[in-house]
Amino acid sequence: MTTATTAPAATTPATPSVGASHLRVEGRDKVTGAARYAADHPADGLAHGWIVLSTVARGRIRSVDDAPVRAMPGVLTVLHHGNAPRLKEDFAGTFGPDATTRILQHDRVPHAGWPVACVVAETPEQAREAAEALVVTYDTEPHDVTLRPGHPGSHPAETTAMGPGRTEKGDVEAELAASDIVVDAWYTTPEEHHNPMEPHAAMARWEDGRLEVVDSTQGAYATARDLAQLLGLDPADVRVRSEHVGGGFGSKAQARPHLVLAAMAATVLGRPVRIALTRRQTFSLIGHRSATVQRVRLGAGADGRLRALDHAALSATSTVHEFVEPSAAYARSMYDASGHRTVHRVLPLDVPTPTFMRAPGEAPGSFAVECALDELAERCGLDPIVLRARNEPAAGPVSGLPFAGHRLADCFTEGARRFGWAGRDPRPGVRRDGRWLLGTGTAASSFFTGAFPATATATAHADGAFTVRIAAADIGTGARTALTQLAADALDVAPDRVRVLIADSDFGDAWVAGGSMGTRSWGWAVRLAARDLRDRLASGAGIPPEGLTVRANTEEAVRSLAAYERHAYGAQFAEVAVDPGTGEIRVRRMLGVFAAGRIVNPLTARNQLTGGMVWGLSMALHEEAVRDTASGGLVNADLAGYHVAAHADVPAIEVAWLDDPDPDDPVGIKGIGEIGTVGSAAAVANAVWHATGVRHRDLPIRPDRVLAGGAAPVTAAPVTAAPVTAAPVTAAPVTAAPVTAASVTAAPVEQDRAGHR
Amino acid sequence: MTEATSSVITLHINGTPHTLTVDHRTTLLDALRERLALTGTKKGCDQGQCGACTVLLDGRRAVACLQLAVAAEGRAITTIEGVADGDRLHPVQQAFLELDGYQCGYCTPGQICSALAVLDEHAAGWPSAATADVRPEAGPPALTDAEIRERMSGNLCRCGAYPTIVRAVARAAGAESEVVA
Repeated sequence: MTTATTAPAATTPATPSVGASHLRVEGRDKVTGAARYAADHPADGLAHGWIVLSTVARGRIRSVDDAPVRAMPGVLTVLHHGNAPRLKEDFAGTFGPDATTRILQHDRVPHAGWPVACVVAETPEQAREAAEALVVTYDTEPHDVTLRPGHPGSHPAETTAMGPGRTEKGDVEAELAASDIVVDAWYTTPEEHHNPMEPHAAMARWEDGRLEVVDSTQGAYATARDLAQLLGLDPADVRVRSEHVGGGFGSKAQARPHLVLAAMAATVLGRPVRIALTRRQTFSLIGHRSATVQRVRLGAGADGRLRALDHAALSATSTVHEFVEPSAAYARSMYDASGHRTVHRVLPLDVPTPTFMRAPGEAPGSFAVECALDELAERCGLDPIVLRARNEPAAGPVSGLPFAGHRLADCFTEGARRFGWAGRDPRPGVRRDGRWLLGTGTAASSFFTGAFPATATATAHADGAFTVRIAAADIGTGARTALTQLAADALDVAPDRVRVLIADSDFGDAWVAGGSMGTRSWGWAVRLAARDLRDRLASGAGIPPEGLTVRANTEEAVRSLAAYERHAYGAQFAEVAVDPGTGEIRVRRMLGVFAAGRIVNPLTARNQLTGGMVWGLSMALHEEAVRDTASGGLVNADLAGYHVAAHADVPAIEVAWLDDPDPDDPVGIKGIGEIGTVGSAAAVANAVWHATGVRHRDLPIRPDRVLAGGAAPVTAAPVTAAPVTAAPVTAAPVTAAPVTAASVTAAPVEQDRAGHR
Repeated sequence: MTEATSSVITLHINGTPHTLTVDHRTTLLDALRERLALTGTKKGCDQGQCGACTVLLDGRRAVACLQLAVAAEGRAITTIEGVADGDRLHPVQQAFLELDGYQCGYCTPGQICSALAVLDEHAAGWPSAATADVRPEAGPPALTDAEIRERMSGNLCRCGAYPTIVRAVARAAGAESEVVA
């Protein structure tokens, strides 16, 4: 032990950093091109892998004719199920057992685009040519990629990532029968893909007995732990880093084929190997959001108070692993009724395995429920905001737990003020701007609030600087900057004295960037470590030359959180213009007002919430993966065919928030990654109805759907209160034709009993 | 590699000549990234659909993934690494930094290179699909938000940071619109 020095007198900053706008600490690297993402890291002797995907949707591999390919220039190896290293058979990782990790372990082909081989060569060009030359033959079997209600292969989902598959209280049918007004409508959403701008990539190499990996992952620690288990390695012998990640949205939270294959190839070849997915490959290898078919039945008194709420959601999964899009979970905390039922069914198909995608369940679920509420408001002759205010739950509708804060009504009040909602003419189809029909719409938004245990270290250096280490990931959320602010405040120093290092599995256990829980979970640990360090320094602890380091673990604190209904809330508003001649829809403006906990960095938070709302716009109008029933593959697996909102699609978007600190978080954080996406598609769809008088219950609201739906005749007569009727109003099926997993269509209601119950 | 499938070429990148042997199939994007360690230019789709690999060729924007390296010989290539003047950021970079014109940052080099060309194209009087009056005598259109959005639409941003990107371009052009509080 060398002589310790005393810490320099701490300079207490005049104002706290949390709550003030801070430029991203890595901002300069991002605008100069210096920020390195997974495929940007150099290595001596780097070899390049190229994954070969199945061209059939179901069957067995009969042969992989690798001999001719091995003789091609630069080819180093061809991995396939006959020669690949064995992986752990009963892998159960961060997200549980997952057979999608069984890459090159068997001859079964479960869907089009399943990895059947991996060619490794000296250059990317050689690898690609050889991969395209590789002949793989199959014994094919009939496949089914069509999601449809009433399919005999569907079954009730026992559980989902958002709770049980089914909840029920009271007598839904009796309450519906006793209701003055019943809305009974089907909603569908198509297969959607994450499409982060950075396609997944990983580089793996062995160094000093350790597998060193750079991966585009949302959770370096979880990925390292999962990869070690798959490869049968000591977790201490696997290190994963992901300093910069080009977006994730849920698709980079698990060990994906590029990572597994890069590790395999690096092991087999004894040299560094990089595998970068092509954009097209990402459409079958990284998960997606399943298409959904949802039926919502609302029963209410003439005053709009709900008596019955019945939400049944059907989604697809693969034959390899069950992932249930938890759409029907949305209403479990949002709206109460004496008869309350939420049910999920799932249909295994010969398609890739779906996964978490920004606002899993909440995005499609809120579209259905928030549109149904808009329909109910219309039928009741009530303003949609008034209807929601009348249906504020006193406690968790399903859990019975009290709310730890519930400012939804305040969000609507502030939103209505900012948007200019007062005096809105509720009649649809009566506003024109030249050829455009204009309308406005609103919807509620909600996302659960949670935290996962994490570990962090904080180090004081003799020169007065501090270093914080945590295996967090900054996938564009601004987490690195927020953690710097949180650490600075906990240390009572200015942020420029604090350096936060993230995205290295060696830093210890930390939750992935997901579930809107990243910054909150990490921030808690960072604060705990920083506070402990500050207190030690204040009590006169000396700083040795290597620095004084303290470690914090929030396991106990997080596990002891009392049970409450914990959510962030928001009110979404949109104004659209619809051209009934071309079917074009332009979103003219959007507003989101959120109660989402303490906002750490207003600059990046506004950007992130805005981005979430852009996702809702994109979901409402553009995104749709179309699956070809003949081949089982997608017909639009690229960014030209799968349209995500571009600059010209996105108008001015206003974001505001209310003071809403979480009562049990040390800083009051709730999480803002997903809530911007929830309800925004519904707000757009409701605005389209207000513009045209036509309910569009199938997303995306494409021009052809607008044209087919027409526009309600413009009438000058004011709309009177909707007639009271007990008869259910059903959504008219658009077509009776079978539908694919991608382009789902509302089926006749008669199929419902078999399909959804 | 045999003589038949590769060539020695010289690429002029950010004012510096680089001589290298390239496979004829090598795109300019892969030459920059894999051969010259200029990884600031990003590969988002490798098929000209996302704009992440946008660079300037003789001052005009081009997607480097659709350009063969051998065809770029003799042209002045500007990548994101060549935009700043030493340590001093270009006004477009500075505006992206200050206004948070990004989130994950992966599309950012392409957005910035595209924005540089947008400003030049606008200054040269080029109209866009958003221009109401495209007659030459109408003069250059005002660089409104609608003009910027239209002209930048070849650059996708999946994080949805479009509003701040548009503001950054407008600020760099000296035409920043009113900021929504």
